[in-house]
Amino acid sequence: MTTLTVPTQPGHDHGLRPVPWRKMAWVTWRQHRPTLISVPALLGAVAVFLWIAGLKVHHDYAAVAACRPFTSSACQALTSSFNRTDWTMANTIDILLQLAPALIGAFAGAPVLARELETGTFRHAWTQGFGRERWTIAKLVLLAIAITAAAEAFSQVFTWFFQPFLGQQSLTVLSATVFDTRGIDFAAWTLVAFTIGALAGMLIRRIIPAMAVTLGAYLGLDLLTWLVLRPHYPLALVTSNSTLFNGSGPSGPSGPPSSPSAPWMLSTWWTGPGGKPANQSVVNQVLALFPHNGGPRVKITPVQAFAQHGITEWWRYIPVSRFWPMQFIEAGWLLALSVLLMAATVWLVRHRAS
Amino acid sequence: MNVIEASGLGKRYGGTWALRECALAIPAGHVTAMVGPNGAGKTTLLNLAVGLATPTTGIVTVLGGYPAGSPAALDGIAFVAQSTPLYRSLSVADMLHLTGNLNRRFDRGYAQARLGELGIPLKRKTGQLSGGQQAQLALTLALARRPRLLVLDEPMAMLDPLARHDFMATVLTAVADDGVSVLLSSHVLAELERVADYLILMSAGRVQVAGEVDDLLACHRVLAGPAAEAAQYAARSRVVHARSGQALAHLLVRTSGPTDPVPPGWDAHPVSLEELTLAYLRAPDAAALPGPVQARNAERAEVAK
Repeated sequence: MTTLTVPTQPGHDHGLRPVPWRKMAWVTWRQHRPTLISVPALLGAVAVFLWIAGLKVHHDYAAVAACRPFTSSACQALTSSFNRTDWTMANTIDILLQLAPALIGAFAGAPVLARELETGTFRHAWTQGFGRERWTIAKLVLLAIAITAAAEAFSQVFTWFFQPFLGQQSLTVLSATVFDTRGIDFAAWTLVAFTIGALAGMLIRRIIPAMAVTLGAYLGLDLLTWLVLRPHYPLALVTSNSTLFNGSGPSGPSGPPSSPSAPWMLSTWWTGPGGKPANQSVVNQVLALFPHNGGPRVKITPVQAFAQHGITEWWRYIPVSRFWPMQFIEAGWLLALSVLLMAATVWLVRHRAS
Repeated sequence: MNVIEASGLGKRYGGTWALRECALAIPAGHVTAMVGPNGAGKTTLLNLAVGLATPTTGIVTVLGGYPAGSPAALDGIAFVAQSTPLYRSLSVADMLHLTGNLNRRFDRGYAQARLGELGIPLKRKTGQLSGGQQAQLALTLALARRPRLLVLDEPMAMLDPLARHDFMATVLTAVADDGVSVLLSSHVLAELERVADYLILMSAGRVQVAGEVDDLLACHRVLAGPAAEAAQYAARSRVVHARSGQALAHLLVRTSGPTDPVPPGWDAHPVSLEELTLAYLRAPDAAALPGPVQARNAERAEVAK
């Protein structure tokens, strides 16, 4: 048998030009056409619905807001009708929307690598000249951008739709279920869900289990953020000046008034004279004076009642004016986490291929 | 140039070694058959060579020294995996376009002409092709990359005899036209015997025999003689496999060449490739690598250090 007469020396091809990145655009589009069409299409369909429903909502809301005098029975009927129909629908959509990023992560993120691994096609894809790390990076980045952009556009429509309901049920832009549907937070959560899905798919190598794990991991992270992390973003203020809060002022345990500009109350505590912690039994005595704790109707505010005992009430709160800093903090760490998860996925593709 | 060179190569999955202490140097320009029973480590060795798996121990280089899986290695090697995985929902044309986009070189004209000859419609989804057509498509995609080494893992396991013949014809045409080196694995030697001129025999995660078919045949022979003397003879020479009857014993022995003297009272016969393979497979411990390959690898390992 012949041997090659001109042996190729290693090093000759070291200047090998890699296959250009743009070539992966077509590959990604062709392979993920169902995802790239269905995610924007579904979000778009819901957005169209929100737009149509939103016109009615805004119309109804304008009628309620313009109705004078407020206390008339006609106005009360308008308000109760608004609460019964519009608010019920909006609240349902808002709650379902909490699941949207998780579903996008499970259905669009998890199969990206799991399908290749489950069907064995990775053996074809990863032995081509493009190189498997670059292949993974190109796919994940392109899909992530498309999905995140669709989610951001959608959240703008929802934000407009939901605007009249701020103030309902003490909802403000900082409420858990409102905060993560607007600004840049919804897009950031969708991105992180997608990257969780991609990593789970690479780790588990099977589509269905990877989807289940994605849903679980996303909900876990969501709850952790809502219950533990978000109150600790370094934006909270501390005050004992109750007049900062508009109207009658908050009264600690009685909660903030129902207004779209009410701050997010994180905690309240009491100090006695000289700044020492207040005697808890005295605090309880004072609190028992007020109707919401089962006490009689009294003429003074809680602040005044505490002052009579030399006790100062303190609040830790985040004003709604800090909405955007809150958004940037949350979207920032979610973006960092997404990059980390993508890097971990690429690392696994490189080191644990077969 | 060696298209594949390995030293101390091992791969462990969990607690089991799929491949151990593999030393190998396959020169360019051969059609190499890698034969062994299921679970012998053939797929593991191929995965390591094409860069899909990373070694637990040792190193493997390809195409004259490139690390397996490096850009230059990926560029020069085309791999058709076992049961030829294709994107089933893509059409044949999309599969061509996709593979073309993933490589620096892709001879679309060749691929289309080849598929035309085979009567594989470009518009059909790959999932709707027959097993033989899928194998031919995977092979065409690989050859259109104009590789220097074509690696095929159990390429004919799923094919009927006619499809096997057509598949091998395509491979051999590429060998004749482009001088591409080929490495293919199988657990059946019969289908490779006619085409392979280099043999690698694997069993239980080790390379048992490696060498050019002609050399291997030249330095093995069957001796037939009195059974009573068999044990005595076996003690003095390298017997791969012994088969004894009442009076007559057949010994498959390794010699230093065709001129080795035959002991008095014994007859020597040349050995067929199938006999040789079966003898080694029946005696997994008895055999070893032909000397020269090991020696060459050992020298290289020294130089590498």
